[in-house]
Amino acid sequence: MKTVVLIGDPNVGKSVLFSRLTGVDVIASNYPGTTVDYLEGRMNRGGKTVEIIDAPGTYSLTPTNKAEEVAVSLLDKADIIVNVVDATSLERCLLLTVELLEKRKPVIIALNMWDEAQHLGIHIDVHELENILQVPVVPTVAITAEGISELVRRLDESRISERPGLKDDDQAWMEVGHIVRKVQTVAHRHHNIWDRLTDATVKSGTGWMVAMGVMFALFWLVRVVGESLIRYCIEPAFELYRVPIDALSGWLGSGLLHKILIGALINGKVDYIQSMGILTTGLFVPFGMVLPYIIAFYLALAMLEDSGYLPRLATVTDNVFHKLGLHGHGIIPVLLGLGCKVPGILAARTLETRKQRFIAITLVGITIPCTAQTAMIFGVLGRYGAPYILIVLGTMATIFLLLGFILNKTSKEECPELFLDIPPYRLPMPSAVVKKTWMRVRWFLTEAMPLVFLGVMAASILDAFGVTDMLAKFTAPFMQAWFGLPGAAGPALLSGFLRKELAIGMLVPLALSPEQLTIAVTVFAFFPCIAALAVMLKELRAKDMLKAVAAMILTSLLVGGILRMILI
Amino acid sequence: MNETTLALLKQNAKATVAALNGVSAFQHRLRSMGVKEGKMLRVIAKHHFSGPIVVEIERRQITIGRGMAHKIAVMQES
Repeated sequence: MKTVVLIGDPNVGKSVLFSRLTGVDVIASNYPGTTVDYLEGRMNRGGKTVEIIDAPGTYSLTPTNKAEEVAVSLLDKADIIVNVVDATSLERCLLLTVELLEKRKPVIIALNMWDEAQHLGIHIDVHELENILQVPVVPTVAITAEGISELVRRLDESRISERPGLKDDDQAWMEVGHIVRKVQTVAHRHHNIWDRLTDATVKSGTGWMVAMGVMFALFWLVRVVGESLIRYCIEPAFELYRVPIDALSGWLGSGLLHKILIGALINGKVDYIQSMGILTTGLFVPFGMVLPYIIAFYLALAMLEDSGYLPRLATVTDNVFHKLGLHGHGIIPVLLGLGCKVPGILAARTLETRKQRFIAITLVGITIPCTAQTAMIFGVLGRYGAPYILIVLGTMATIFLLLGFILNKTSKEECPELFLDIPPYRLPMPSAVVKKTWMRVRWFLTEAMPLVFLGVMAASILDAFGVTDMLAKFTAPFMQAWFGLPGAAGPALLSGFLRKELAIGMLVPLALSPEQLTIAVTVFAFFPCIAALAVMLKELRAKDMLKAVAAMILTSLLVGGILRMILI
Repeated sequence: MNETTLALLKQNAKATVAALNGVSAFQHRLRSMGVKEGKMLRVIAKHHFSGPIVVEIERRQITIGRGMAHKIAVMQES
């Protein structure tokens, strides 16, 4: 099987081209959003299967970070190299091109964003470019699929360029300048209204307002899509599921197995939220309450990513993140963490220094509520109105800033600076958005969910054997004295650590006051689930993990105590 | 024309890149993103509290940290 590697600068439309070339059978060799990931897919071409690899974006073959290293090493796998070049920034992209031609491998060039270049008054003489580079050059518009079939047809024409080798970097730059002067002419163009509007989204004052608006729109969309999924898909499905569950419940009778699998009957019936069995609450909360919002969140995030807004958001938030020891890139783990902490923590790998990674992982682990935690916060406090929810979210945001500020001060190490390309805004392509969403949801189901289920099992068994009750007895006096919660809230807090979904079901029957619930929920929200803890340990290693856990426990104790003094 | 650094330019100022200072890996990174000697640039945004500077160069926008911007010598158009 032949292997085709797509390589090019970041933001040249490589991923869209990839999704045009491949079918649905796409696998990510690492989690999307982290640096060291790349996509592999297949294309059927005249009865033969061709493997296609989408390498991470790189500006040159001299790598400056891990992602670029991966891109360069992926070239070894290539039988054919497809160099994706942005026709609107020919000069910048050609450095990589002339370096690739030195690789002595067959190369073909996709001159992407061809329509946009024409729109901007950039004219490129494709024939002349082919003559100079001595490899095929195909103008493409990946978004509309224009030129894609020609690119596929001409794959076999890709060849090893016979151009004389380059001595050094300086000569490569001279070559690039020389080629651009020969093949490109640019018509002068004035700044128009659209340019002014897009500029406003990276300026300090207006940029913040836009950022707030975008975040608000993002969460509004997540809510609308998530609620619709629940109403029209999830709830009807769980109604059907009642039939086998009731049958199983009747067949098992009362006993330990019934308690573990089905849980307690509420008014003689299975209650998906309060029963607590593995097959009832254990399934309903992850699939019925969390998954719909995970899908909605990843859909909204994919649209945001493909629109080109994220580099602008990173620019606008950079100076705030610098106070937390991070730079604007820190927004990426935070955003991903709002969906599921695991990819959020993994995305911290994109940050350059150990200090930055420690701060980002600790902040995401402790202070960023994931979809499950948000569902818990809204599920418990929703009936008492917005103020209580705002207290919880406001507390978490404050702790995010405070903790970041403190962690930054504990180490003198300087934070590297932001250096980013800001691509033009683009309309996201629906099929690419759906594909990306699906890949992330699939990842969530296969990688994060099994760990969560293991936690559920462990907690159910501990619960069934009375271990949680015993622990609760020991902690009851402390609960009362420090958090102002009844002793019975102990088991909820303890097992909620293993089984977040239990929190709602266990807190509801305790008849706590809204203020007490607010405290309980806030303290809860500082603890990540087992899956996130496992990934934190893997990424941070023992020493930094100990620090992160210490920060976690201290934060929840302090904040719980302070809230108690204020609220009760 | 007067010589200064990118970090000292005001919003909307136009200038030509005169020289890149700093280690060679840094220079390579800047050039590979299009920041090269002789290129015209315009400051689109300058963020408060020593925040980053956004420049437009070769029809593309790039965010550059303030410290990096100090290492980019430019000739400002008067």
